[in-house]
Amino acid sequence: MFVPCGESAPDLAGFTLLMPAVSVGNVGQLAMDLIISTLNMSKIGYFYTDCLVPMVGNNPYATAEGNSTELSINAEVYSLPSRKLVALQLRSIFIKYKSKPFCEKLLSWVKSSGCARVIVLSSSHSYQRNDLQLRSTPFRYLLTPSMQKSVQNKIKSLNWEEMEESRCIPEIDDSEFCIRIPGGGITKTLYDESCSKEIQMAVLLKFVSEGDNIPDALGLVEYLNEWLQIIKPLSDDPTVSASRWKIPSSWRLLFGSGLPPALF
Amino acid sequence: MAATFFGEVVKAPCRAGTEDEEEEEEGRRETPEDREVRQQLARKREVRLLRRQTKTSLEVSLLEKYPCSKFIIAIGNNAVAFLSSFVMNSGVWEEVGCAKLWNEWCRTTDTTHLSSTEAFCVFYHLKSNPLVFGSCPRKNMQITILTCRHVTDYKTSESTGSLPSPFLRALKTQNFKDSACCPLLEQPNIVHDLPAAVLSYCQVWKIPAILYLCYTDVMKLDLITVEAFKPILSTRSLKGLVKNIPQSTEILKKLMTTNEIQSNIYT
Repeated sequence: MFVPCGESAPDLAGFTLLMPAVSVGNVGQLAMDLIISTLNMSKIGYFYTDCLVPMVGNNPYATAEGNSTELSINAEVYSLPSRKLVALQLRSIFIKYKSKPFCEKLLSWVKSSGCARVIVLSSSHSYQRNDLQLRSTPFRYLLTPSMQKSVQNKIKSLNWEEMEESRCIPEIDDSEFCIRIPGGGITKTLYDESCSKEIQMAVLLKFVSEGDNIPDALGLVEYLNEWLQIIKPLSDDPTVSASRWKIPSSWRLLFGSGLPPALF
Repeated sequence: MAATFFGEVVKAPCRAGTEDEEEEEEGRRETPEDREVRQQLARKREVRLLRRQTKTSLEVSLLEKYPCSKFIIAIGNNAVAFLSSFVMNSGVWEEVGCAKLWNEWCRTTDTTHLSSTEAFCVFYHLKSNPLVFGSCPRKNMQITILTCRHVTDYKTSESTGSLPSPFLRALKTQNFKDSACCPLLEQPNIVHDLPAAVLSYCQVWKIPAILYLCYTDVMKLDLITVEAFKPILSTRSLKGLVKNIPQSTEILKKLMTTNEIQSNIYT
C-alpha cells in the first residue's frame, strides 16, 4: 500500500508513472536509478508491502554529507511535479508466490491515485532471441490497447520495433503464438492485467544478458528519452550519452570491496 | 544459459530472481487440492505469539498488553549474548511471551520445549520500569535493534581484510533524533532480513528506531564481538539501563565457557 512521507497523499492525477520490473540484469531498476538521480526527484512516499524481500540502506542518491543519512527501503515513490512524473523504485526481489498479489495491489493503487499512464522499464533474456531479433535493435516496446489509442502516432514516428510474438511453448513446433517476455519478471503479468483493466501502459524493454548492465541501463533510458524527452535530446555524438545521466553514489563498489594488496 | 568448464550448457541463475515462469505455470495447473495444501502450509508458517509458560496465545498485541517506551530487539547469538549479560542482568526482567514460528528450514518441529540455546524469540519486560504510556505506546516508543553481520558483507574501497573488525555501524529512521554512538552505515551498504523488516516498518510508520550492526569475522559466539556492542550503553536511550558492567563481563565469560563445552565436537 502507498504510505506518504508527509501528512497527506500527494495529488498524482494526470501523472505518468515510471516503474521497473525486476528483470534480467536488473536493467529496469538501474534505469530508474538513473532517472531519479538525474532529475533529482524527491521522495513522496513508500509502497509498503510484504511481497518484496525487506532491505534498508542510507539514501542511494546522496550527493553530499547533508543528504546522505535518510533511510531508504525496498519500494519507494519519487516525484517531479513540474514534469508530472512519478517514479516507483523497487530494490529487492519478490517473495515466492507474492508477485501476482503485488501486481494486483500496484495496479489498484495506479487506478486510485489517478495516474494517467504507466511506463514499465524491463528487460528480457538475450539468449532467447530468434534470428530476426538477433539482427535488429535490442529495444522493444509494447502498448496496451488503451495506450495505443493515445500514443500510436508518436511511437510510429519514432520507428520503434514492437515486441514480436513467439511460440507459447518453444519446444513444440505447432504451439500457438503469444507475447512472451522470458526473464522479464512481472512485466507480462502487469501487461496482461493492464490490458484487461484498461490501464494505459507501455512496456519498454531491452534484450540483455547478466553482467555489467550499466551500459544496458543507459541504453534503456536513452530509448525512453526518445519518447518522453525527459532530458535534452541526444545529439549525433553517441559518446556524449553517458555523461548526461547522473550516476547515483550507491552504484559504487558494484563488483565488491577493494582487493588486498598482498594479492599482488 | 551458461556453459560450464565441462562443456555442458546449464540454466544460469538470474540475479533478478525471475524464476516466475515456473510459478505462473504452477498457478495455472493448481487444483483445489493443491490450493488447500498451499493454504495449510501458509497457516503452519504463520508467526504466533504465545505466553511462554501456559503456551496460550496472547489475545492482544504484545505492546498493548505491555506498553513500553523502549523496545530492544537482539537478533543473532552475539547480539543476544550482549543483551542477556549486560542489559538483562541489571534489574529484574520478567518473561512475558515468545514467538512460535516454523518454516521448512527449521530442523526442530517441537517448539514447546525450547532450551535457551534453541529459543527463537522470547519477550522480556523490565519489572522495575513503571508503565508510562497506557494508550498510545507507538507514538512515544523508541526501538533499538542489535545484530551482527560478517565483515565480508561490508563494502569498502579498501580490502575487508584490513578492516579493524569487529566494528559497529548504525542505521536510523527519520524520526530517531538522537545521535548514534558509531558512524552511520555508508552507501552502498544495505541490510536485509529481520532487522531490515523492523527498520522498514519503523521508517514507514514514523517510529524512532535505530539499528546497531556489528561487523565481525567470527559469527559464532565470541567475547570480542559481544563486547563490541558496549559503546551503545552510553547512548541516551540506553543509558542507565546497565548497572554493573564488570559483573556483566563475568557473566558473559561464563556464557562463553558453557557454550564452548556444548560445541565440542568430540562429546
